Amino acid sequence: MSKTKIKKTSSLLEMKDIHIQGYSDEKWHDIILGVDISLKRGEVLGLIGESGAGKSTLGLAAMGFARPGCKIIKGKIIFDGIDLIKANEQTKRKLRGSRISYVAQSAAASFNPAHRLIKQTIESSLHHKIKQTQLAKQEAKELFQALQLPNPDLIGERYPHQVSGGQLQRIMTAMSMSSRPDLIIFDEPTTALDVTTQVEVLSSIRSVVREFNTAAIYITHDLAVVAQMADKIKVLRYGKTVEDAKTKIMLSSPKKSYTKSLWAVRSIRKKEKKSKTKILSIKKINASYGNGPLVLNNVNIAVPLGGTLAIVGESGSGKSTTARVITGLLPPKNGKIIYKAKELPKNIKHRTKEQLRKIQMIYQSPDTSMNPRHKTLEIIGRPLEFYFGLNKSKLYKRVIELLEMIELDESFIDRYPSELSGGQKQRICIARALAANPELVICDEVTSALDQIVQEGILKLLQKLQKELNISYIFITHDIDTVRAISDEVVVMFEGKVIEQGLKSKIFKPPHPKYTELLLSSVPEMNPNWLTKILNKRS
Amino acid sequence: MKTKKQTANYSAKSEVAQFKTKKSFSHVAKRELKKAPFTAWLGMIITSAYILIAVFAPLIAPYGESEVFPIPFAPWSDEFLLGTDQIGRDILTRLIYGARNTIGIAFVTTALAFVIGVLFGLIAAITRETFIDQILGRLVDVLMAIPLLIFALMLLSIVGPSAINLIIIIAVLDSTRIFRLTRAVALNVVVMDYVEAAHMRGEKLMWIMKREILPNIMPPLVAEFGLRFCFVFLTIASLSFLGVGIQPPTADWGSMVREMAGLIQFAEFDTQAAITPLLPAAAIAILTVAVNFIVDWFLHKTSGLKDE
Repeated sequence: MSKTKIKKTSSLLEMKDIHIQGYSDEKWHDIILGVDISLKRGEVLGLIGESGAGKSTLGLAAMGFARPGCKIIKGKIIFDGIDLIKANEQTKRKLRGSRISYVAQSAAASFNPAHRLIKQTIESSLHHKIKQTQLAKQEAKELFQALQLPNPDLIGERYPHQVSGGQLQRIMTAMSMSSRPDLIIFDEPTTALDVTTQVEVLSSIRSVVREFNTAAIYITHDLAVVAQMADKIKVLRYGKTVEDAKTKIMLSSPKKSYTKSLWAVRSIRKKEKKSKTKILSIKKINASYGNGPLVLNNVNIAVPLGGTLAIVGESGSGKSTTARVITGLLPPKNGKIIYKAKELPKNIKHRTKEQLRKIQMIYQSPDTSMNPRHKTLEIIGRPLEFYFGLNKSKLYKRVIELLEMIELDESFIDRYPSELSGGQKQRICIARALAANPELVICDEVTSALDQIVQEGILKLLQKLQKELNISYIFITHDIDTVRAISDEVVVMFEGKVIEQGLKSKIFKPPHPKYTELLLSSVPEMNPNWLTKILNKRS
Repeated sequence: MKTKKQTANYSAKSEVAQFKTKKSFSHVAKRELKKAPFTAWLGMIITSAYILIAVFAPLIAPYGESEVFPIPFAPWSDEFLLGTDQIGRDILTRLIYGARNTIGIAFVTTALAFVIGVLFGLIAAITRETFIDQILGRLVDVLMAIPLLIFALMLLSIVGPSAINLIIIIAVLDSTRIFRLTRAVALNVVVMDYVEAAHMRGEKLMWIMKREILPNIMPPLVAEFGLRFCFVFLTIASLSFLGVGIQPPTADWGSMVREMAGLIQFAEFDTQAAITPLLPAAAIAILTVAVNFIVDWFLHKTSGLKDE
C-alpha cells in the first residue's frame, strides 16, 4: 500500500492524441480522432456519449487493444511507464487480466455457462500465476462479501444461470478485481439491469473501487450514473472530446451546447388528460406460460380512449406478458378482455382480421422486429396489402405518405433494415403499426434501446401522431422519465400484480406504496451525492 | 462517420449511424470472388467443366452413348482413346454421357430432397412443441435409425431399380437430414419478433414460411445443398456399383467401375488396362472434392468467421 501512495501523484495511464480507424464497407473510417486521457491512481474517469461516439473503442484502447477490424493508427498509450503501442503482444497479454482488467456490458453473455463462477473469477489470477488457488479462492470470497453478494462462501459454486443478472454483473466485477489490478475498464456495467438492481451494483462497485484504490474508466451513456461514479467526466462525440472537466464542475456548469443538450432533462411534458371512456379493459386476468407459476395474478387494467397508459415495473414484473395477453398471443387462464364494450376472443386464432387490425404493437428492439431481408416498402406495405388490399401504385403512394408521417421521405423506400440507423428503424416500425390504421398501439419499451436525443424524437413523434390520429397507447417501460413525459395514466406492476393504478399526478404524488417508493427512489439523479444519500436513507 | 457540426435541430432523416451503404449484387459478387481462395477457384473451374461436359455431351462425345463396336476390351488407341468396355462400347463416350446421367440424376434427387426436407422442416419449426412437430420429428428419427445405403438397397430391390424409383427413394431418405437442418436453423428465426408480428397481423402459415423465414435461412441451406449433392452423388454411384442404381444401357460412372473392376488385376502386365476402371472412379472423386471446395468457402463466408 505504501508503494501506491508514493506513486499516486504521477499518472497511471497517459493516452495522447489517439487516432483509431475501423474497417467496414471496404473503407477505413475514423472512429477516434485525437483524444487524450490522463488518469491517476485511484481516479475514476467517466466516459459518456451516444452510441457510435467511440466510447468502447477508446476504453479498449486503454489496454492497447483494438477490436478485430480496427487499428490504432496514431497516438501514445503509456501505462505505468510501459508504452502499449510499441509493446509486443506478450507484454500486453501479461498486463491484461493482471494489472488492467475489463468488465463487459452483458455479464450474461460473457461468462462461460459450463464452468462454476468461482473458477472463472480466479482464472486470470491463476493464469498469470499471481496467486495460489487456495489464496485466490479465499480472496474471491472476500470480494463477494465486499460486493454484498448473498452467501459469499457458496455463491461461487454456482453456475452462471443460477444467479440473477445483477449478481452476475457483480461477480464479473469481482473477477476483474481478483488480480488486484491498477486499472479497471467498466463498459456500461449496469445498462442491462433494472433501476432497482442498478443501485446495488453501483454502490458495490463504487465501494470496492475506493477500498482498493483502483483507477477506473467508467463508460456509460447515462449521465446520472456517471455522476455517482466518476471523479471527472469526458464527453465524447463523433470520436472527439467535446468537454472535459471534474464531475462537479461539469454538472453545475457545462460549457458546450452539446453537453447542455445531454444535461437537459426531457423537455417534453404532457398535460394529463382525464378520459372516462375506456378503449380497452382487462379484468381479473390470470396467466402463465404452460403449466408454470402464474405470471399475471388477478390483473385489472383499463386504457383511456385517446390517451396513454404507461405500465412500469422491473423486468419479470409481468409488463410484457400483459401485452401478450392483450394481443392474444398468450391466452389467459381466466378473465376477460373487453374492447369497446365487446369481449375479445382470448386466443389470437379466434380473432377476426378487423379485430387484429385495430390493435397493433411496436417492439423494443427494431433489429429483431423487422425482417432483415425485407425492404422498407415491403415492411410497411404488407399490412396495407393484407388489411386493405392496396396494390402497386396505391400501395406505393400510401407508403410514402406513411414515411412522411414519421418524418422520413421517399429515399428510404428501398432500404434494408441494415441500411438504417437505430432511430430510423424504430420509426419504420411505427409506420408499420400505423399502416393498419390502428385504434390502440402497444409500445413495448420502444425507446429503451435508443440514445437520449433519438428517444426524445421518437416520443415527440408518438405524441404528434396521437394528437392527429387519436390513437390510444399502452406504453410499457421501466424508465420513469419516459412515463413522466408522455403518460396520462400509470400502472405500477410488481411480480405479476398491479401495485397501483391511476392518473399520473396521483401516482407521482406521495405517499407511495412501498414498491412504488423503491422504484421512484432508484432512478438515478444528476446530483453526485444522490447514491450516498439514497444508501444512507435505506440503511 | 463524418464529423458533423453539432446540430441543435434534430432531424430523423439526417441521422447517421454506421449503416451499410447500398451495394448491387454484382458488386458484392465481384468483391467476394476477388477474395476467394485458390481452392475455391479450383473447385469452381472443375465444377463448371463438369457442367459443360454434361450439357454438351452429344457434341463432345466421339460416338453414341450405347453404340457397340465388335471389339470388346479394346486397348487405348487413336480410334478408341480410352479403349472399349466388356461389350465393345467406347469408354470415353460412356464417361462423357455418364457425367450427364450421374450428375443430372443426383441434382434432381438433391433438389427433390430439399423441397421435401425444407417444407416439413419449416412446418415443424413453426408448430414447434406441438404434436405435428413431434410426429414429424419421430418419423425422421425412425428413418435415420436405419443405415441409408442398406435401406435404399432394400427398397430398390422391392420396387425395382428404375431411375424414377431411385430418385424418389434417395430423395425421401436424404430429406431427413435436410429436415433436421432446416428445423434447427428455422427455430432461431421463428422466435424473432418479426415472425410474431406476422402472426399478429393474421398471416397464413405458408406466407410466414415463404416470406419471413425462408429468406433468412437460405445461406446455410445453399451450403448444405452442395454438401448433400456430394453425398447423394456418392450414394447413387455406390448403388449403381452394387447393381441396383442406374440401369444399362444408360451410361453411369458407378456401374462402369463395377463392370470393369476385373481389369485392375492386370496391373502387372498392362498399366493402361488397369487404369481404365479407375477413370470413372476418379471422375466421381474429383467432382466430389471440387464441390466440397466451393462449399467450404461458402460456409466460411456465411458463418461470419473472420480470418483473424
